[in-house]
Amino acid sequence: MSTPEPRSHSFDASSILRNAHGNNDPVEPCIKVENLNLFYGKKQALHNVNMEMPKKKVTAYIGPSGCGKSTLLRCINRMNDLVDNVTIEGRILLHDDNIYDKSVNVAALRRRIGMVFQKPNPFPKSIFENVTYGLRIQGINDKRILEETVETSLRGAALWDEVKDRLNDNALGLSGGQQQRLVIARAIAIAPEVLLLDEPASALDPISTLKIEELINELKEKYTIVIVTHNMQQAARVSDYTAFMYMGELIEMGATSQLFTKPTKKQTEDYITGRYG
Amino acid sequence: MDNSKIAHHISENFNKELEDIRNKVLTMGGLVEEQIEQAVKALTTGDMELAELVIKQDNDVDDLEMEIDAECTQIIALRQPAAFDLRLLLVVLRVINELERIGDLAERIAKMAIYLSNNSEGRLDQYHELEHMAGLVKAMLHSSLDSFARMSIDGITRITGSDAQVDREYASIIRQLITQMMEDPRNITRMLDMLWTVRALERIGDHSRYICEHLIYMVKGEDVRHLTQAELEKKMTSV
Repeated sequence: MSTPEPRSHSFDASSILRNAHGNNDPVEPCIKVENLNLFYGKKQALHNVNMEMPKKKVTAYIGPSGCGKSTLLRCINRMNDLVDNVTIEGRILLHDDNIYDKSVNVAALRRRIGMVFQKPNPFPKSIFENVTYGLRIQGINDKRILEETVETSLRGAALWDEVKDRLNDNALGLSGGQQQRLVIARAIAIAPEVLLLDEPASALDPISTLKIEELINELKEKYTIVIVTHNMQQAARVSDYTAFMYMGELIEMGATSQLFTKPTKKQTEDYITGRYG
Repeated sequence: MDNSKIAHHISENFNKELEDIRNKVLTMGGLVEEQIEQAVKALTTGDMELAELVIKQDNDVDDLEMEIDAECTQIIALRQPAAFDLRLLLVVLRVINELERIGDLAERIAKMAIYLSNNSEGRLDQYHELEHMAGLVKAMLHSSLDSFARMSIDGITRITGSDAQVDREYASIIRQLITQMMEDPRNITRMLDMLWTVRALERIGDHSRYICEHLIYMVKGEDVRHLTQAELEKKMTSV
């Protein structure tokens, strides 16, 4: 396969943060994407993407459908490995370790990088069993540890008060918004470092959406979060950094406050103001 | 007129709403320009009817201000504008505020015209300088509104630069007024009235300058308020 021309720009998170806040607070990158190219068969879906996602911050990917934002997100915990006929070039570093290295145990990687999808997908089991599922497959069966984890995870996902009296009820009986928070509780139960959220609120009503957004704000104290969203206002509300992607390329990445008031690229401006280019 | 900056939204209606707001701001600007023109004319010619007209016209200006304000609020609430669109609406809200203040100042000049015409004997010496100064501030306001219409800030520092000239004219008229007060204390009341008028013109120059500063924010996203002319010029070459 021919090497594509380097087309994208690289973004150094530390300089972005300095620009955004006018100070020199050091910012530690958690994930670095380096020269990432991805092909579905012969079709190239990501073009030489370079970016850094700072630790314990929320980075949002925005862009029109088919721009590659979900593909990029799925690269971060190697979900694309499951797709046939995919070729990935380049590196993604989690704290300087290349997650595409041959020695990497993918299951262990996904314990460090949790993911939540657009449609809540609780298992058809009790609320308790849903949250403890990850621990049980790791062989942890100590009742006390499980109970503790259930409470802290559900509290962390802002769901505890709503379900504490019915932990043994089937999770499918919860509302959509509650199910999505349950799935987030399940993801944080195994104490990951990174949470990948793929359109986490797009199937929810406005109030549940606000709860999820509020939750993201709380979760970033502990986790590095990457979120894909079609809802630009949501990206603006929840993220510290925003990356705008278009046709498989990273067009612009910057502090969210800057990107939504003063984008530097015309393509970004056209997209966020709802113009056709 | 170049609409490229506010057109090309996927939503045709949004284009129309922004276009409508722009037109209303320009209408309001036109009214205010007319107010200054007529207020100064009323003052120098003693035309009381014209002065009354200026005072009456201020209601139209106020109505437009509230109308545009409400439309901007609607758009912000319903469309959550971003980037240039957001800056445009924020700037419209600031610009109409400046225009409304200018309208009030024109009204003040008109009221002074009525007062002076009732209480003075003949034409004052300073009218010639005052007309000259009024010409300068009218040109400033006109150019800044023209920039808004074009959504362009080419040559904007020339407009803000004329404020210094307005200030010099202002200082010069003030000196003359003080001299006349010292020559004959019986002049003091009239001179003080004149002073308010000249002061109003000087303030119109300031507000026109503020409009230019808002336009720079709209186009470039740079907040250039509270800079000296030299700092402003330096900044404009760097952004």
